[in-house]
Amino acid sequence: MNGLEQHEVHEYDVVVIGAGGAGLRAAIEAASQGVRTAIICKSLLGKAHTVMAEGGIAAALRNVYPEDSWEVHFRDTMRGGKMLNNWRMAQLHAQEAPDRVLELERWGALFDRTKDGRILQRDFGGHRYARLAHVGDRTGLEMIRTLQQHAVHLGIDVFMECTVDRLLKDGGRVAGAVAYWRQSGKFVVFKAPAVVLATGGIGKSYAITSNSWEYTGDGHAMALRAGADLIDMECVQFHPTGMVWPPSVRGLLVTEGVRGDGGTLRNSTGERFMFRYIPDFFKAETADNEAEADGWYEDKKNRRTPDLLPRDEVARAINAEVKAGRGSPHGGVFLDIATRRSADYIRRRLPSMYHQFKELAGVDITKEPMEVGPTCHYVMGGVRVDADTTAAIGLPGLFAAGEVAGGMHGSNRLGGNSLSDLLVFGRRAGHHAAEHARASKGTLAIDARQVEAAVREVMAPFERKTGENPYEIQKDLQQLMHTLVGIIRTESELKEAIVQIGRLEERAARVRVEGSLIYNPGWHLALDLQNLLAVSGAIALAALERKESRGGHTRDDYPKPDPNLAKVNIVVRMKDGELSVTPEPLPAMPPELQKLFEEKK
Amino acid sequence: MRRQTVASGPTREVTMHVFRGDAEGGEFREYRVPLEEGMVVLDVIHRIQGTQASDLAVRWNCKAGKCGSCSAEVNGKPRLMCMTRMEIFPEGKPITVAPLKTFPLIKDLVTDVSFNYEAAKQIPAFRPRPPDPDGTYRMMQEDIDRGQEFRKCIECFLCQDVCHVIRDHEENKPRFFGPRFFVRLAELDMHPLDTQDRRELVRARAGIGFCNITKCCTEVCPEHIKITDNAIIPLKERVVDDHYDPVMWVVRKLGGK
Repeated sequence: MNGLEQHEVHEYDVVVIGAGGAGLRAAIEAASQGVRTAIICKSLLGKAHTVMAEGGIAAALRNVYPEDSWEVHFRDTMRGGKMLNNWRMAQLHAQEAPDRVLELERWGALFDRTKDGRILQRDFGGHRYARLAHVGDRTGLEMIRTLQQHAVHLGIDVFMECTVDRLLKDGGRVAGAVAYWRQSGKFVVFKAPAVVLATGGIGKSYAITSNSWEYTGDGHAMALRAGADLIDMECVQFHPTGMVWPPSVRGLLVTEGVRGDGGTLRNSTGERFMFRYIPDFFKAETADNEAEADGWYEDKKNRRTPDLLPRDEVARAINAEVKAGRGSPHGGVFLDIATRRSADYIRRRLPSMYHQFKELAGVDITKEPMEVGPTCHYVMGGVRVDADTTAAIGLPGLFAAGEVAGGMHGSNRLGGNSLSDLLVFGRRAGHHAAEHARASKGTLAIDARQVEAAVREVMAPFERKTGENPYEIQKDLQQLMHTLVGIIRTESELKEAIVQIGRLEERAARVRVEGSLIYNPGWHLALDLQNLLAVSGAIALAALERKESRGGHTRDDYPKPDPNLAKVNIVVRMKDGELSVTPEPLPAMPPELQKLFEEKK
Repeated sequence: MRRQTVASGPTREVTMHVFRGDAEGGEFREYRVPLEEGMVVLDVIHRIQGTQASDLAVRWNCKAGKCGSCSAEVNGKPRLMCMTRMEIFPEGKPITVAPLKTFPLIKDLVTDVSFNYEAAKQIPAFRPRPPDPDGTYRMMQEDIDRGQEFRKCIECFLCQDVCHVIRDHEENKPRFFGPRFFVRLAELDMHPLDTQDRRELVRARAGIGFCNITKCCTEVCPEHIKITDNAIIPLKERVVDDHYDPVMWVVRKLGGK
């Protein structure tokens, strides 16, 4: 490691970037195999975005409905994603999720129970059977704490409040990463033959989002710059139910569990409007009248309530109701559980929703309806990976799991499938990263110039005497993405967005920060901005390329799905700093799995 | 809670006294910020950061009371900034925001909370009994209700901050874990599947004897966990009882209670 002596340097077999569900599960698996493992995370341990997950973990445990199976879960997942999913990922996910949930129990998790003492499961959108293992509406907290405690007891090294700036390479393979300590501004070099990206999503590109400050697309952008492919970046999930009032909490998540537990959406006339928005694709399995919809909660012989159509459908419906002038006073619609379930039931099943509305909006959800509207929640797109190993295609040494990986959820993710995704593919990433590290031959050669280039760029904002405040640029980007690359898109606006993102890149290149190297959020944002801009560019370009509407990608100028485009991923690559897009064929589903879709039409 | 529905009229401003400084020292600085409907303290801090002091250090993540990152002392009281609405404060008076006092300062509102992560490492891991014949576990809801109460903990460390055993006595830190970890230890002790004996740790290293049940921790818990009554007192009793009656401990553990 010549030329790196002035920095703190660590050598590991596996370095995991991110300490949410996927990162922790990956690190646990790698460490269990006896390889030297480190976790690097931007926040304190236990604060990653997984902690905010509410509703549950989808897994065909068959505790509530013995008729459930991995095949049904697989089918629900593929149909929810409008068949754009990587079929093999969806299959592995459905097959392995039950074991991953039971494993959490062996590590100390306490899920809500059925009457006979097994793990209770709840209804959620797009799932045929009650399938989500949960703890009230704080399942993410249970999951992250269980994984965190297990990881701590395995003695895994954790680098907290440490931000990775870029991946390091040795020729064509990934060889480590450069990071800086948020507390001191000092640099750290990690040398490792296997790096797992588990960095989550990109929600901070949008003005209204359920995501925290951390969600700046770091893993997506680092992978792009290192030469990996991104797929499906046009597919961004707007969760239908975010809080809309007061302004300070706009976008905050309201769990789908409210509808899973009996809540219904109404417009300003009191109408349960979702019955008017059932697409042909889901007609056969969706109730077309209120009596059947309400009967479904107790008896699955009824068809599912349209309140629980997949999220893309519900978000578009709410958007349309508000545009048609039938919205609530603060620009959302009403979500009513007060008139449908007892106050006791609501407080027991949805304690943090009760608390959140009571404390932050002064609304008692056991007595009044909530006001809700779409909020940017999740990106389906991400690093193109091999389904079985999570290895980034075309970039040896790099693995990706969780939200930063693409393919699993197709064009739209079902609720509850994220937590299970984190566990299933987190474990696979850790396993295969450890194997890759053990099999890697020879010492890694890292050219010190790569590190010095990173250091120069990271320090540059301090060098400038004049320049803009990074917060202003972030705000402008968020507004731009929301207005021009939001729920409903159209060619002219997407083209305009691409031009404007270019201008913001120029402004970001001149950004200036004040203060010291010690815990300086303005400086950190100036650096995160580079990632936000790269992923925003990727989303806009991919959205322009996909000339159809599918899942989390809706084009006003191409309102229907195009059967030809059902067979392609939009692939985004970066070369010399320039992004390009190419449609490439999806992996073809084998006939025995295709049958699952033919039989039950 | 008072609900304000006035959206128009002249913008109200609030005066904030925010601690600025690092390990070398610091002072409260005054910022004036326009108020919007429904704002919480964290919004105001973010507004200052975005417009007046981009290097103002503050931790936050979820902004919904779920992650426990944004703990601070607001007008002297330990609180989550994201769950503290501005309208609870009297109009016209400045509001002070200071970092947690119990932990060493890094910068502004950010403290070094590694004390807590070190304590967590010293607690012997959960060790379950063998599963039922089908490979899974049966647990009744009523047997895990208390454990679930404890697992609501978001690790905001407000209970640690307010605990005078360590707040006012730095010398106690090496021999005391604090309320957060009594909650964790009680959770493990009452877990229907766990088989690990941590009594000696609770008594000696975790220092439960230092606690004289003033309930300050319970009062500040944003998750309303009854820390003193449900975690600390039963742990104290258990340590004392089992100290004299080890047979009962074995019986209780085998009985899954």
